[in-house]
Amino acid sequence: MLFVSQLINGLQLGSIYALVALGYSMVYGIIKLLNFAHGDIIMVGGYIALFTLTFGQHPLIAAALTVAGCTVLAIVIEKLAYTPLRFAPRLSLLITAIGVSILLQNLAQYFFSATGRSFPGHLLLPQGGIALGSVQVAYTSIITILTSLISMVILTILVRRTRLGKAMRAVSEDQDAARLMGINVNSVITFTFAVGAALAGIGALMYSVRYPLMFPTMGAMLGLKAFVAAVFGGIGSIPGAMLGGYAIGMLEVLVTAVGLSGWVDGVVFMVLICVLMVRPTGIMGRSIMEKV
Amino acid sequence: MLKRHGLFARAAGIALAAALLAGCAAGGQDQAPQAADTAPAQAPAATEQGGGDAPAEAVDEVLIGLLGPWTGAVAQFGVAKRNGAMLYIDQFNARGGLQIRTVDFDEEGDPANAIVGYHWLFDQGINALIGSVTSAPTMAVVPEAFADNMPMITATSTHANVTVDAATGNVWTNMFRSCFIDPFQGTKMAEFAVEVLGAQTAAILFSNEIDYSIGLTDAFTVRAGELGLEIVAVEVFANEAMDYVGQLTNIAAANPDVLFIPAYHQHIALIGPQSVAAGLDTVMLGADGWGAALEAIADPSSIEGSFYLTGFTVEDESPLVQNFINDFVAEFGHQPNMFAAQAYDAAMILINAIEMALADGFVPDTDEFKSSIIAHMAATDIQGVTGHITFDQYNNPQKTAFIIQIVDGEARFWGTF
Repeated sequence: MLFVSQLINGLQLGSIYALVALGYSMVYGIIKLLNFAHGDIIMVGGYIALFTLTFGQHPLIAAALTVAGCTVLAIVIEKLAYTPLRFAPRLSLLITAIGVSILLQNLAQYFFSATGRSFPGHLLLPQGGIALGSVQVAYTSIITILTSLISMVILTILVRRTRLGKAMRAVSEDQDAARLMGINVNSVITFTFAVGAALAGIGALMYSVRYPLMFPTMGAMLGLKAFVAAVFGGIGSIPGAMLGGYAIGMLEVLVTAVGLSGWVDGVVFMVLICVLMVRPTGIMGRSIMEKV
Repeated sequence: MLKRHGLFARAAGIALAAALLAGCAAGGQDQAPQAADTAPAQAPAATEQGGGDAPAEAVDEVLIGLLGPWTGAVAQFGVAKRNGAMLYIDQFNARGGLQIRTVDFDEEGDPANAIVGYHWLFDQGINALIGSVTSAPTMAVVPEAFADNMPMITATSTHANVTVDAATGNVWTNMFRSCFIDPFQGTKMAEFAVEVLGAQTAAILFSNEIDYSIGLTDAFTVRAGELGLEIVAVEVFANEAMDYVGQLTNIAAANPDVLFIPAYHQHIALIGPQSVAAGLDTVMLGADGWGAALEAIADPSSIEGSFYLTGFTVEDESPLVQNFINDFVAEFGHQPNMFAAQAYDAAMILINAIEMALADGFVPDTDEFKSSIIAHMAATDIQGVTGHITFDQYNNPQKTAFIIQIVDGEARFWGTF
């Protein structure tokens, strides 16, 4: 019974990590950028949800505004900060991403103050739960797990079955060849950022319900954890990010369940180090030989 | 070549380095005590109050010192304490007869500055000292004051070693306080769980990174053992943790009668809603760290029915407390907080002892007078606004606590315990 409860906890947490890790992985897959501002987009999404809910909006409207807000923010960041560096060295892009992350955190601190604000999760999702046998399962857990599964199914269909998805895969294989084939590389990259941010928006809602305390640096640790999940699954790989997210979520809950809750973050980053040492391409990543 | 691998390792390295740098910067700020050599220039910021047209008696006035941070990072505690203490002193002086004159010093929350301030106050000829406010400056001053046989009382320093020499274990016999020490709260809540709630089993959720939380947990555990309250689960969280669901699920599985959470309000804002998600349905107990929990939590239904302890509440309807609140509001324009109330009691304890020392025939500004004040303070048995106060052998107050219960999303005064 305890095991089942913790399993559901792990799935819920893993769902959130998977949603965020997908954004990391897709962006890395397409322009080889580790978008460290991704976690901060989630922070902004959390604040959008907080304010729309506080102003008495319907939960669905609040959710839609959050996802839309994250998407628009990601497109703006991509256009202003990353597009001018399309042909610059990768390291410049990475440093820019860290800069954007710091900028977002400090803007949030300026406008929303550094004080934590409590998130009215009860306005977004129903409280309480249902009893499955002797196990009490919260509605929030069920909704989080189902929402992330549905999002991932839609994403998989998008990438595997549509022309735009085919274009994304082509650009991630080889940008120059894709351009020669008549694909508008810039709009495909923007679209990828937008999809990643939309998933982050959904993740922001789920995260805020589970951890109802909003503060300007809340995205930093979540972003790093999702980054570890993406690396664990194999960065650049969509099924890898999902798997990595669930694996890290389950691992965290497992570590807590055996009474080592103080060690959770340490264990997660240990995983990062081990993966980088033993299998840097992750579970589902492919190693690509670069031809000279 | 696996070029991808190379780039990636570099990127991860940068990320980790950035995180480390951020950590160092934050840590560095903590340990930069202000240079003490700027203190003497600011020292004569002292004010003298009271005095004036006192009736002619054998002894018509006694000078005491106030020490605390009126400016700086912890000024909010210092100002609250000064307001509370001065309110009592002004009320006392308004009765006529003996007049208490004060002289004060701003130590800015800095231990080195507090020592400078103590010596300056000593040179002004004080007979007793109220201060300091935070524990570190108080602990810095105590050994000096002990050597001078100076009666001293703090309203807010909760550290165990304020009244006990950490090196030798000897009690600083001149040092008293009107606030709870941290472990006392754990003891009280264990007693409350057993004697009022009739609990047989308890669980504890605490942080091993916060001294306050550790102190309360240890005291709760010891008292629970003495009272036969079985601890069925102990779970730990990190200070900055966001996730408590795993621990709460473990606790829910143990099904305790009560859950003791010695934590601060920002933790409660997360623990409350997550306890619902974890399917936990038990009475939660807290301590004074819960003080602002209701402001921090969006959905108070998740902590409905919880109890916590506090050193003071404005909802206590006894005439003494209500008079204090009315006078305080009239003087300062806002409600007194716990620190102001404890400072009011500290001034009451000290002045009561001064009166008794005078009644014994001792003359102010003598060593015998100070010794007499210390002896009378040790024998304190007084009804203050924060409860009935006596001192134990470590000069820590033995007093009733105020229990607050969350009812209908509001903090209600449950009663004293």
